[in-house]
Amino acid sequence: MNAARGDSPFLQSFAIQIRVLHALMMREVITRYGRDNLGVLWLVGEPMIFTIGVATLWSAAGLTHGGTGIPIVAFAVTGYSSVLMWRNATSQCSAGIEQNKPLLFHRSVLIVDVFLTRIALEIIGATSSFIVLAVFFTFIGWMPMPDDLMLVIEGWLMLAWFGASLALLVGGGTAFSNLVHRLWHPIAYLLFPMSGAAFMVEWLPKKLQDVVLVLPMVHGVELLRHGYFGSVVRTHYDIGYMATCCLVLSLCGLYVVREASRRVEF
Amino acid sequence: MLSVERVSKVYETRSGPYKVFDDISFTLERGRHIGILGRNGAGKSTLIRLISGAEQPTTGRIRRGMRVSWPLAFVGAFAGNLTGLDNLKFVCRAYGVDYKPLIPWVENFCELGGFFREPVMHYSHGMMTRLAFALSMAIEFDCFLIDEAMIVGDARFHERCHYELFQKRKDRSFILVSHDVNAIKKYCENAVVLHNGRLMTFPNVDAAYTFYLETLADKPEALEQWRM
Repeated sequence: MNAARGDSPFLQSFAIQIRVLHALMMREVITRYGRDNLGVLWLVGEPMIFTIGVATLWSAAGLTHGGTGIPIVAFAVTGYSSVLMWRNATSQCSAGIEQNKPLLFHRSVLIVDVFLTRIALEIIGATSSFIVLAVFFTFIGWMPMPDDLMLVIEGWLMLAWFGASLALLVGGGTAFSNLVHRLWHPIAYLLFPMSGAAFMVEWLPKKLQDVVLVLPMVHGVELLRHGYFGSVVRTHYDIGYMATCCLVLSLCGLYVVREASRRVEF
Repeated sequence: MLSVERVSKVYETRSGPYKVFDDISFTLERGRHIGILGRNGAGKSTLIRLISGAEQPTTGRIRRGMRVSWPLAFVGAFAGNLTGLDNLKFVCRAYGVDYKPLIPWVENFCELGGFFREPVMHYSHGMMTRLAFALSMAIEFDCFLIDEAMIVGDARFHERCHYELFQKRKDRSFILVSHDVNAIKKYCENAVVLHNGRLMTFPNVDAAYTFYLETLADKPEALEQWRM
């Protein structure tokens, strides 16, 4: 696949990749957040503003979910943070090749490095904003403490895996056709209302439940909320199913990315 | 040693696949210098990109037993929204070199003044070329890929480039693409010619140049003679 790394023993290749990831990470942070104003704080600030906005809108719209006992702010924070996990990483990767084209000219910089950097930054950003928001809202009493922290972490990690594998697949796909980049945005918008961010599966009619449960991220959000709200609401998820989907997506993603690196042209 | 082994490159175009070259092979020993001649469009720059590893061959492989540079002074290898200094840092980090001791030399060579700390998208082509050349000198490569057409600048810049490359680094290998036979004669022990998708090797630069002149005159029999 890559001569620079292919020629070297594994450990040496690994060292090169770590160097490249570090270089790319610094580059992304500078170009995306700049040195001015809040700088790298925007990594957390961007998703925070989104989540606060959504929570405020939903609160103002009076979406109290008919006495289900779930506080609206906690519902919005868990829901929207989950969306950020799979949507932002994928959007960033779908533009990753084009925006880093000049740097790909360097033999040791591979497409997969660009994607891994962007995925890592998005996961760090979404996770930090989730933690900061949850701590803040819990502190002022708008959000309860999580019922089972381990389940929350488990759900979060599953969403991270899903986001990463989807990002690799979509990002790699853009090397084959620009259509992938163009189609991703409408698809992301359409997926948002179905992703489980704005509803609990329990509230849907049975037929609809079966439909949304095809989407892997719904299982992750349900698991996350099970951890957060405990038995206040009945949750529906199958982590085995979600893990299988993620595994298949990851393998397809890695394959597509490997093929993509053969197609880079200048 | 650098070896290009049975490499071909095909690009997809609107009118179907286009083969730039087919099954070409050559090797370059450490410390040796080779020139590449060829008409416009013969695939010289493509070959340089493949050797640098920026693009992958369609078939065949390229083994790099030494540190091979990116095409020298190629301005397309840097991020436009980063400053000159940030690009230096990026390249150094990616290649595992400490950038701090290099800043004074690069800054001095580029002669960019305050622009060294401005985004490179605001640079003129000349400024960009100076930065790009300086960055390629910042990393110690064993083999430099030089496309003379890319090193555009005034006489003084040329002189400084020649000094850095051909005097200070004459112990390194390089692959020189040039239309100027004097440059190739002066710096290279041998030359190859890219013609009609094939790579021809010759015993010396003069023989290569003679063949190259015939391809320029577009005499089809030149190729036929060579094949015999």
